[in-house]
Amino acid sequence: MSFPWANEYKPGHPLMQWLDEKLPLPRFVYNAVGAGYPVPRNLNYAWNFGVLAGFCLALQIVTGVILAMHYAANQGVAFDSVEHIMRDVNWGWMMRYAHANGASAFFVVVYIHIFRGFFYGSYKAPREMIWLLGVVIFLLMMATAFMGYVLPWGQMSFWGAKVITGLFGAIPLVGEPIQQWLLGGFAPDNAALNRFFSLHFLLPFVIVGVVILHIWALHIPGSSNPTGVEVKTESDTVPFHPYYTAKDGFGLGVFLIGYCAMLFFFPNALGHPDNYIPANPMSTPAHIVPEWYFWPFYAILRAFTSNFFIIPAKLMGVLAMFSAILVWFFLPWLDRSPVRSGHFRPTFRKFFWVLFIDVVILGYCGGAPAAEPYVMISQIASIYYFAHFLIILPIVSAIERPDPLPFSITEAVLGKDEAATLAPAA
Amino acid sequence: MIRIISILVGLFFSAALLWSFGNGAVAYVTEPPAATVESVFHKHPKEVEFESDGAFGKFDNQQLQRGFKVYKEVCAACHSLSHVAFRDLKAIGYNDDEVKAIAKGFQIPAYNKATGEVKTAEGIATDYFPPVAYGGQGTPPDLSLITKARHEGPAYVYSLLTGYQEQPAELLKKFPEAKIPSGLHYNPYFANLNIAMPQPLTSDDQVTYSDGTKATVDQMAHDVSAFLIWTAEPKLDKRKQTGWAVLGFLLFATALAYMAYRNIWAEKKGH
Repeated sequence: MSFPWANEYKPGHPLMQWLDEKLPLPRFVYNAVGAGYPVPRNLNYAWNFGVLAGFCLALQIVTGVILAMHYAANQGVAFDSVEHIMRDVNWGWMMRYAHANGASAFFVVVYIHIFRGFFYGSYKAPREMIWLLGVVIFLLMMATAFMGYVLPWGQMSFWGAKVITGLFGAIPLVGEPIQQWLLGGFAPDNAALNRFFSLHFLLPFVIVGVVILHIWALHIPGSSNPTGVEVKTESDTVPFHPYYTAKDGFGLGVFLIGYCAMLFFFPNALGHPDNYIPANPMSTPAHIVPEWYFWPFYAILRAFTSNFFIIPAKLMGVLAMFSAILVWFFLPWLDRSPVRSGHFRPTFRKFFWVLFIDVVILGYCGGAPAAEPYVMISQIASIYYFAHFLIILPIVSAIERPDPLPFSITEAVLGKDEAATLAPAA
Repeated sequence: MIRIISILVGLFFSAALLWSFGNGAVAYVTEPPAATVESVFHKHPKEVEFESDGAFGKFDNQQLQRGFKVYKEVCAACHSLSHVAFRDLKAIGYNDDEVKAIAKGFQIPAYNKATGEVKTAEGIATDYFPPVAYGGQGTPPDLSLITKARHEGPAYVYSLLTGYQEQPAELLKKFPEAKIPSGLHYNPYFANLNIAMPQPLTSDDQVTYSDGTKATVDQMAHDVSAFLIWTAEPKLDKRKQTGWAVLGFLLFATALAYMAYRNIWAEKKGH
C-alpha cells in the first residue's frame, strides 16, 4: 500500500504499545497523515487544497451541529428561528455567518482542488478511483449546499427550492409525480422543509464516508505531483509529517485569514438580500438566482432556450446541466495522453486556460438576469465547455507532442546531480 | 470507442446549443429587447455614509436613538419591527427605566386561553414590537431586516425616503402608458418606480429631537436608516471587534507557521 521505505510506526510508551496491539488507530493515523506516508517532495501550493477541503468539511459539521440545536425546521418559525440565532443565541451570529460563509469557502477550496486535478492530470491512471470518488463528493456537496440554502426559508430559499425541484418535472412522463414525491406536495412547504433539514444533516456524514474512501484510494498509488512523473526512489519523497503538516499549517493560516475577513467584515457579501425576506409563495422575486457556486451550471441550464427536435428546451437544459458534471466521471478515459502534468503539454495547457476563463464567464452569466446578451454569451460558453471535455481533450491527447519529461522528481527539484540524487532523505 | 461516443455526445450538445443560439440571435436582431420604463428611470441608491460603515465603523448611539424616535413617531404607523424586543433597546443606550417606559407606550395583543378573548396589554421589556394593522393600499414590509433585505440596504432606505419627486415629464413623453396609477407615488429608487407609501418625511422638525440636532428631512432619513442598520444587525459592533482580534491572532499564528515551514524545509533544496 505504500513505498517500501516508508517509516514504520514504533510506539514508545507502553500504553501506546498496548493500544497498538488492541486497536492500531495511532498506527493508522501515522500511516495516513503522519511520518509513515511518503509524499513527493516537489508539491506546490496547489496541493494544499485537499487538506483545506477536509478542514472546511469539519468546520461545516461543527458549526452546523451547533446551529441545528437552535434552528427549527418548521415553515411557520424557520425564518424567525434563524433570526433568534442571530440575535439571542450566544455567539449565534458568528456560528451562522461561519456556516454560511463556510459553504462558500468550501466551494472555493474544492473548485481550486478540482482545477488542480484538471491541470496536473490527477485523474489519470493509476488514480482514476480517487478522481471518481472526488466527483461523487462534489455531487454530494452540491446537494447538501442546495438543501442548506433552503433552511432559512427566505424568499430565495423557497423559490430556489421550487426551481431546482422543478427540474425533475422536466423528466418525460413521470416528471411531475417525481417532483411531487420529492417535495411531499405540489410546492415547497413544511414537508419539503423538514426532509431537506433531515437530509442536510445526514449528507455531510455521507461525505465524510466518501472522503475516507477518497483518501484510502489516494494512499494506494500515493500523491501525484507537479511533474506528473511517478515516485522512483526514496529521495523523491519526504514523510508527510513534518514536511507537509508544516506546509499545510501555513496554508491553513492563509486560508483562515481570508475566510475570517469575509466572516467578520463582509458576512453577507456572497448572499442574496432577498433571503432576508421571509418566504412568500405569492410573490416571485424579480431574479431567482442560486448561490454563486452554482452559477456556471445554472448558466448551462438556462442556455437551452429552444426545443431541439423532439426534446423540450427545459429537458435539454436539465440533461446538459447534469451532464456538465457527469462528464468528469469519464475524464480518465477521454484524456488518453500518457503525460499527466500540464507543464509538459503545450497544447493541452492552452485549452486548460481557455476552459478556466470559460467557466468564469459561465459563472458570471449564471449570476446575471436571464436576458440578452447574457443568454447568448452563456450559449457560446456552454458549447466550449462541452467541446472541451468531449471533443478537444480526446483529440488533443491523441495528436499532441508533449515536451520532454524530467527523469525523476529528484532531478526536477535538484537538477542532474549524482551526489544529490544519492543523498539520503531525512 | 469511448472517444467516438464522446465526440458524438459533444456534437449533440453543441448542435442543440447552436440551435438555441441561432434562434436567440435571430430574435435579438428582429425584435431587439425594448427598453422598459424601469430600465431607463430607475436609479441606484445615493452615495451616503454611515457611522457604522467600514471595518472600523461603530454605531453612534445618539444617532440610533434619534433614528428610533423617527421610527416610533413616523414609520411605526404602518411598519412593524417584529424581530426587535424592547429589551434590545438597552444596546443603543437606553437604561432599564427608559426601556420600560418605551414598552409601556405600545399595546401588545394577548390571547386569553381561558376566555378566548384577545385583549391588549401595555408592553413590558421582554415583549417584541407588536404587529401593525394596516388596511390601506400596498403591503408595508416589516422593517427589522430591511437594510439587509435590499441591495445596498442602508443607502436604499435613505434614498427612498429622500427620493420622492414629481414624475418627470420626459418619462411620460417616452412611455405615455406609464402614468402613475392612482394612489401611488413616484420614487425613482423604488424597483418599479411607483410606491404605495406616501412621502413619510415631509418637513423639517416633523420629529422633535431632544439632543439639539436640527431635524431636517435629510437628517431624519439618515438617522432612521442608521437605526434600521442596527435593527437588522444588532451584533455589528461586536462582530467587527471580534474580527480584529481574530485577524490579529491569525496573522501572528500564520507568521509562526510560515517560519516553522521554512525551518523544517530548510535542508530540502528547491523550496
